[in-house]
Amino acid sequence: MATRADSGHPVQTPALDAHALRRDFPALQQEVHGHPLVYLDNAATTQKPVAVLDAVQRYYREDNANVHRGIHELSRRATEAYEGARAKVARWIGAADPSEVVWTRGTTDGINLLAAAWGLDHVKEGDEILLSVLEHHSNLVPWHLLARRTGARIRYIEIDDQGEWILDDLPELLNERTRIVSLSHVSNSLGSINPVEQVVPEIRARTDALIVLDGAQGAPLLPVDVHGLGVDFYAFSGHKMCGPTGIGALWGRRDRLEAMEPYQGGGEMISLVERDASTWAEVPHKFEAGTPNMAGAVGMGAAVDYLESVGRDAILAWEQALVRYALDRLSDLPGITIYGPRAVERRSGVVSFTLEAAHPHDISTIVDMHGVAIRAGHHCAQLVMQRYGTAATARASFYIYNTREDVDRLVSSLHEVLKIFG
Amino acid sequence: MQEPQLNSLYQQLILEHYRNPRNKGEMDDSQVEVHMRNPSCGDEIKLQLRVEHGRIADVRFTGQGCSISQAAVSMMTQLLKGKPVDDVGSMADRFTEMMHGDEEAAKDRRMGDLRALAGVSRFPVRVKCALLGFDALQEALRKLGDSSTEN
Repeated sequence: MATRADSGHPVQTPALDAHALRRDFPALQQEVHGHPLVYLDNAATTQKPVAVLDAVQRYYREDNANVHRGIHELSRRATEAYEGARAKVARWIGAADPSEVVWTRGTTDGINLLAAAWGLDHVKEGDEILLSVLEHHSNLVPWHLLARRTGARIRYIEIDDQGEWILDDLPELLNERTRIVSLSHVSNSLGSINPVEQVVPEIRARTDALIVLDGAQGAPLLPVDVHGLGVDFYAFSGHKMCGPTGIGALWGRRDRLEAMEPYQGGGEMISLVERDASTWAEVPHKFEAGTPNMAGAVGMGAAVDYLESVGRDAILAWEQALVRYALDRLSDLPGITIYGPRAVERRSGVVSFTLEAAHPHDISTIVDMHGVAIRAGHHCAQLVMQRYGTAATARASFYIYNTREDVDRLVSSLHEVLKIFG
Repeated sequence: MQEPQLNSLYQQLILEHYRNPRNKGEMDDSQVEVHMRNPSCGDEIKLQLRVEHGRIADVRFTGQGCSISQAAVSMMTQLLKGKPVDDVGSMADRFTEMMHGDEEAAKDRRMGDLRALAGVSRFPVRVKCALLGFDALQEALRKLGDSSTEN
């Protein structure tokens, strides 16, 4: 377990002005329980900048019409905005071809799509699905459902005391029965940045399994290059990267997408419908049945524009600078245990911790009364909690608009916890 | 600086029960045992009961969770010993009323140390923590009722 950040690296001042950025976020300009809000629950969802709120409202006020259906002007504009947003989102993860990006409701929806549309056709009894203990429930339960229906077996990459994958076992975990490997790019509960660049080629070399990355926590902060990663699918959400809720994307390799049956049937996804059968539209539309979340897509596109203006390389550097500062300050608190990798370089902006004196829920209630929003609980990662023999942790997670002062407010409110429970 | 609402939530009596829970442990001769978990947060308790002549002869619990959930169970068990089983329903109702902000219920002397939990009603997301013990208790009595009808 990490107790103090590794030092020895000169701390560069990242090219990101968090104080200026936070003025772009209306929700951050408020008091909570009589204190200015310090929002540290960004791994759950981020706040939205004016640029995103405006884009969504402008879409509804000016362009709203159903996409890919009408001949009229508004439908043309709506389609242009919707497809334009797809191109932006593709660009954000380094995808060369926007038509390889399928709109979803979010990461959970994307993984469920794969489990249903690919899994049910390709996974049989005795086949294996490889996951890791670090996974969020959204990258566990869809595969549990698939395994229950097909008789497949689920296997796990274990984690060490620092929340990093134990890769010595990887050769034994992969074999000719491995049909799917689905792993998180970044852990939501511990903040580990997983060594996917190292692991994916190894999986490729040993199996022809479908390789899926859960990018819910990776896409908001890492410079992602889906082609370079060599994966088949990359799923992520808009709302964790300044976009609206209810919108996300699933990138997939074209040949994989084309070989897959549709997920849901309905309007928009067909080519020709006859009495007994129908044929499908081209990728990606064959996976987008029904009127899509057009305003959400436009909002997610605006979020990409916004984050690009912030500078994507600056995001990770800033989060790690805050984590380095937070680990340093938090480690002085009596009875604290901090989870996750010791090396800040292998961490996202997540700091998960427990205090000996107080339970995470009590911590969260008390700091909330001081205006500090953190998460307490199992973080939809019960396998991680079980690994460390705890039912819950407190979790502070940073994003581009958080500052060192926010960390100071967290620390001072934790001292209030210790005053009550100490 | 100390927040007044926090003072009303984290009363000394609550912290005292949290640190020194009453009736914590296991009993060998329980008639019914219920394991209850709060899936959203992971708080959990195991409650064991023994009933003799229509009264609660003994009650024990084990568990883990936040101060509110664990103190509430401890206070509840303290109150239960020797109580007629038939009174438990009205106690649970009274406590639920207290959790929904009923000030009369919060003054009801029959509720013993549980009255210290009245402040929880101002923290709606924590009410479920306080109710975990009574949820388990009611489930235990249901099970007990079922097994006695079967016999």
